[in-house]
Amino acid sequence: MGLLNKLDDPYEGGGIVLGKVEELLNWGRSKSDWYLHFGLACCAIEFMAMNASHFDFMRFGTIPRTSPRQADFIMITGTVTFKMADRIKILYEQMAEPKYVISVGSCSNSGGPYWEHGYHVLKGIDQIIPVDVYIPGCPPRPEAFEEGMILLQKKISRQAIFNKRKRLGTE
Amino acid sequence: MTAQEIFEKLRTEAGDAVIECVVQPSYDPFIRIAPQAVFDICHSLRDDELLAFDYLMSLSATDLGDDLGVVYHLYSTKWKHKLVVKTQVPKDNPVVPSVERIWRSADWHEREAFDLLGVRFDGHHNLIRILLPYDWEGHPLRKDYRTPETYHGMKV
Repeated sequence: MGLLNKLDDPYEGGGIVLGKVEELLNWGRSKSDWYLHFGLACCAIEFMAMNASHFDFMRFGTIPRTSPRQADFIMITGTVTFKMADRIKILYEQMAEPKYVISVGSCSNSGGPYWEHGYHVLKGIDQIIPVDVYIPGCPPRPEAFEEGMILLQKKISRQAIFNKRKRLGTE
Repeated sequence: MTAQEIFEKLRTEAGDAVIECVVQPSYDPFIRIAPQAVFDICHSLRDDELLAFDYLMSLSATDLGDDLGVVYHLYSTKWKHKLVVKTQVPKDNPVVPSVERIWRSADWHEREAFDLLGVRFDGHHNLIRILLPYDWEGHPLRKDYRTPETYHGMKV
């Protein structure tokens, strides 16, 4: 985003852009996120609408992957039972760094309708893996998916890559 | 055939194992049978020419306090009649003969009843949990079930 704006006003001689390497890398990373879709319940049905041509999830640069080793982020869509929680943890650990998590819908955010009396439901996926973006709704509209994706892209494009420890220590 | 007619027919064949026939307004009439005779009665329910219950619509279990109940919903595609069969076993020894060899659809139904209520079906070829993880403790749909504090280190 920030990088492309500089192309409007190049230095004399043309074709020269001044910017940080980090910005370039982050621009590339945020515009090409491959995801591991973990559909568990009705949110996954809504996600089908998101993937279809009306809303076109792929315009964000996302490509569905079937293997956690090729994925940049994992999308947890639906009710996470304890039986599934163990498997999600394994899948998350198999993903290569840097990795992100989007939690979709009330169930994976906080347990949803099962938050009090569900003996079998995990009360929020953030109990087992770190979540970057929460998308609320039961299930969320495709517009909410879009906003969640934009938020994740913003988060990635602001991240530090070089001298991480030194810089993050001072912040 | 109506439930009452089926009850009288079974009564002449199986005797006291067929306990009663309950007909109430606005409820499906049902026949209560003794648990140890479940397999034989179900076998004749399927193979008798006049009954021909070839379809097990549902097999479910309930917690009745001191006892566990098992309910069979049967249907005959030949004669288009339905029947509800109920049986009861004590909670401390909940063993019911499996009807999996009579109706194959009972396979997963019996596993579910075992998983959630702990009814043990004698003669089932693979009686393991179907919904919950294999290392789960207890049977959650029992009235005296206590929800555990944690599962694999995750708070319930």
